[in-house]
Amino acid sequence: MVKQIAVKDYLAKAKAITQDTDQTRKFFNNVKKILLTLVQIAILVGVSYVILSPIIGFLANSFSSNRDAYNPMVFVLPQYPTLERYSLAILRLDYFPTLVKDLLYTLTVTGVQLLICSMVGYGFARFDFPLKKLLFGCVVVMIVIPSHAIMLPLYLTFRQFDPLGLVSLITGNPINLMGGPIPMYVMSFLGCGLRSGIYIYIFNQFFRGLPKEIEEAALVDGAGVWYTYFRIMLMNAMPSVITVTVLSVVWQFNDTFYAKLFLISDKIVISKALSSLQGNISTLDKILEPTLLELYLDAGIILVLLPIVLIYLLLQRYFIEGVERSGIVG
Amino acid sequence: MKKKRKKLTLLQKRSLTGYLFILPWLVGFIVFYIRSLFMTGQFALNELTMDTVNGGYNLRFVGLENFLYAFRVHGSFKQVLTSSVLNMLIDVPLITFFSLFMAMLLNKKFPGRAIVRAIFFLPIILNSEAIQAAMDLSAQMMQGGISNQAAELTATAADTIAFDVDYLIDMFMSLGLPASLMDYLVAAVARINDIIAASGVQIIIFIAALQSISGSMYEVAKIEGATAYETFWKVTFPMVMPHIITNVVYTIVDNFSTSEVVQLSYDVAFKEFNYGLSSVFSLVSSVITCIILVVVCGFIQKRTFYYN
Repeated sequence: MVKQIAVKDYLAKAKAITQDTDQTRKFFNNVKKILLTLVQIAILVGVSYVILSPIIGFLANSFSSNRDAYNPMVFVLPQYPTLERYSLAILRLDYFPTLVKDLLYTLTVTGVQLLICSMVGYGFARFDFPLKKLLFGCVVVMIVIPSHAIMLPLYLTFRQFDPLGLVSLITGNPINLMGGPIPMYVMSFLGCGLRSGIYIYIFNQFFRGLPKEIEEAALVDGAGVWYTYFRIMLMNAMPSVITVTVLSVVWQFNDTFYAKLFLISDKIVISKALSSLQGNISTLDKILEPTLLELYLDAGIILVLLPIVLIYLLLQRYFIEGVERSGIVG
Repeated sequence: MKKKRKKLTLLQKRSLTGYLFILPWLVGFIVFYIRSLFMTGQFALNELTMDTVNGGYNLRFVGLENFLYAFRVHGSFKQVLTSSVLNMLIDVPLITFFSLFMAMLLNKKFPGRAIVRAIFFLPIILNSEAIQAAMDLSAQMMQGGISNQAAELTATAADTIAFDVDYLIDMFMSLGLPASLMDYLVAAVARINDIIAASGVQIIIFIAALQSISGSMYEVAKIEGATAYETFWKVTFPMVMPHIITNVVYTIVDNFSTSEVVQLSYDVAFKEFNYGLSSVFSLVSSVITCIILVVVCGFIQKRTFYYN
């Protein structure tokens, strides 16, 4: 009885909807909206899964024990979770000392990049000098030229480092800077570090967007050019400073091209140490089973990613806000 | 000296300060880029032998021999080069449109947007060559080891679960779609992982671009009765067009710097110690990238609408 009434109700409603054009349109609009939202949710969830799936895989593998590794019934959640993978990976990666050194290296290079690139960007944005357009074209050229086109000369330059013959004047021989992080510092100091062109471009766009009145006020109040730049303009450029910081930290930390080219040691660049982790474990700990070795590698990957993901999550909110306001978009 | 300084006008002083600001970069650019490009060109025309004792090097002029060797004799250069360029041509439009689409989705307001955005920018972090290399290595070890069997087992399991793609392809083929289009689509679907991984920065740029479009334009479009589809093509697309160039340039450069040609020229230089040949590889691939960049940018620029 109750069912019949309910069905009648629905029928009446359906009749009303089909007969009244206004209601029909409203109904279809609603259906369309719901379907669209569903499609959007599906896409967002799907793509998020594609992005996160390798991390989920690494995490699951890094916690599974030997028994789980060979159990075909285990999927994602290990049955006998263990921390053994992490302890051995930490030992063989020499994790904490290497990480501290790597972070120190990454952060100092980032600091240098920030200083130099913001300076250059400011110079291009606010001063008029002859050949400015041509020189800014050179910045764009720097972004566009793939760094492998200049890798051999860079290698040779730092292999026998001898600026203007000064070094050989003092010590008699050009020095070999390979194996340490010094080449990277030198390049960053001269505004040609890892992707410096992009940072210069970002800063330039942002400074161009700031009102000129700020500097004029500073000038009237008696601030010099450098004081204005460091204390006023740079403080106002916080959004792009954060954007560049995040990009630079992440790219520098992940960089293997320059690390390989300058033969920077595994003790400083932890992502380089990762590639020899499996070999080290198989020779030192006599674990020869590739399936098990892969679990250690997964633990190592998680360990290497952890600090950078933490930094990213900390700065993430400012980063996204900063990107929206900073000069990436001219 | 002081007297001379006083004679400078304000404008001259400003331009001098300007040069001071860009001085570090200027020195770096001349030393590391102009000089290096010149040297790369020089190496390509010479046979370079390293002096291992003193760290110096000797050059012996050989003319175009290295180029001839690269194109006529070398086993894999031409294949690697063409496959890199083809991959780029497939990837670039896909990445651009995917990131534009994603930026439009992420630009809307919905609950949990902050988390989703954080996830979408993760690929910038995860796109690490070191991790890729380590995983490749472990994949190689897996193929050689005893666990071959295990790998086969998982493969068959996946086959039974997986959706049968061949069936779909057959269906579309019998519908009369051209085979080349099907190839492109299949390649696109197979690359979805790479595409998502490579589009982090592009999504950021597009989000920033979308934010800079004033809302009044959309209001006008709505009042005039434009549908969402029309609004996209008449308002959104022209307004983000200038940033499409930025993104395409970034994508091409990024794509090329991780391509196989780079790996090949690195290997030839530092594993086979054939520096001249490596310079030829770098030079040829860079020139091809630059030509592609110029052609693509010129093509897009012609169709770009500049609001200001």
